[in-house]
Amino acid sequence: MATVPITLTVNGQAVRAEVEPRVTLADFLRDELGLTGTKLGCEHGVCGACTVLVDGAAVRSCLILAVQAEGADVLTIEGLAGDGLHPVQEAFWEHHGLQCGFCTPGMVLTAYALLQERPSPSEEEIREALAGNLCRCTGYQNIVVAVRAAAEKLAGAR
Amino acid sequence: MKPPPFDYARPRSLDEALATLAAHGADARPLAGGQSLIPLLSLRLARPSLLVDLSFIPGLASVQAENGTTVLGAMVRQRALERDAQVAQRLPVLAEATRLVGHPPIRNRGTVGGSLAHADPSAEYPALALALDAELVVRSASGERVIPARDFFVDLFTTALAPGELLTAVRIPVPPPGTGWSIQEIARRHGDFALAGATVLLRKASDGTCQHAAIALFGVATRPLRASAAEQALAGRPLTSEAIREAASLAAGWIDEPLSDVHGSAAYRRRMAEVVARRALEEASRRAGA
Repeated sequence: MATVPITLTVNGQAVRAEVEPRVTLADFLRDELGLTGTKLGCEHGVCGACTVLVDGAAVRSCLILAVQAEGADVLTIEGLAGDGLHPVQEAFWEHHGLQCGFCTPGMVLTAYALLQERPSPSEEEIREALAGNLCRCTGYQNIVVAVRAAAEKLAGAR
Repeated sequence: MKPPPFDYARPRSLDEALATLAAHGADARPLAGGQSLIPLLSLRLARPSLLVDLSFIPGLASVQAENGTTVLGAMVRQRALERDAQVAQRLPVLAEATRLVGHPPIRNRGTVGGSLAHADPSAEYPALALALDAELVVRSASGERVIPARDFFVDLFTTALAPGELLTAVRIPVPPPGTGWSIQEIARRHGDFALAGATVLLRKASDGTCQHAAIALFGVATRPLRASAAEQALAGRPLTSEAIREAASLAAGWIDEPLSDVHGSAAYRRRMAEVVARRALEEASRRAGA
């Protein structure tokens, strides 16, 4: 099968590559770019571990082919932090919003996307936004607490 | 869990897409948002030799108001529909239904046309298309045809679309002011596939009797169903709680052979169909102006 040239932006950097059409964005990020912060759990769109931002919107990177990301602006967990941790990451750390950490990149980026759109979400809105991300350790409670704390941090920073 | 190999086409116009689909026939699959097709590829339940990506074709993602009709382009993303002011005002049931489709990251990519053409029996949009008497606009290299929703959904994941045909838009007659509406479903988590769902549109005459009822069920059979017997039973009757209970029972009885799987037996689904139909009728009746 013929490879297809793609040009996109990943974490602010221009990327050019030749990819097989069947390669998902998640596999492209992990295997071609070495960005293994994006985790693959179920690989069919159920677990949310591979959530990244494409053109500012949270999406499942296992449900997008790399060729579909032509011209797109992709943000992965590696691109979220500046010099220190991002406030959402800080809040997850401070409020014990993770245990094994496997779901965390997807949780953090889903929370980040929610707070971009809704800076002060209700608990119900937080739970609804996270409903597509599975966590097998925490029981979710501290993740919800962390997202609420992150909202306050971000509001304080403005 | 990796897709099998396939070729990829990225047409920049509708005509180019239709020509590509015509040349490859049943071996080619259109790729809209990919939120159902890509899992099917990863699970190797689908093995097309060519994917034709519709995302780069201009003009397929608009929401337009015509006289009494809202026209949705097939590539309108579900998330865009959820936020569309015109849809919120003219078709609130569609806005509400959209919030039941998957999770926000799915809706950011998933499209109206993709959901309709995929024809998952538990999906919300096909049932809404039936209840709203929508028309599906289909193009191919040889022209255009319009298929009423009642003729479009043929069987499990099967529509009236022929190889080489592409769903380009859906035309939805806007219900008159005062129409009551509801969509209700039972799922294991918010955003999961519905185990049973019902959507209702209801109009009352000035004396409070039922002038028009449209009841569509989803998640319960191999395709969405209009519960015609229940609709007829309500026509001309006052919308008492007794009449609603009877109609819900008729709707559940209307299902020939309910789906049955690990999440819900046939008996469970029939029972839940009655529950969601009753809830939807009650809510639509409360919302309907006399």
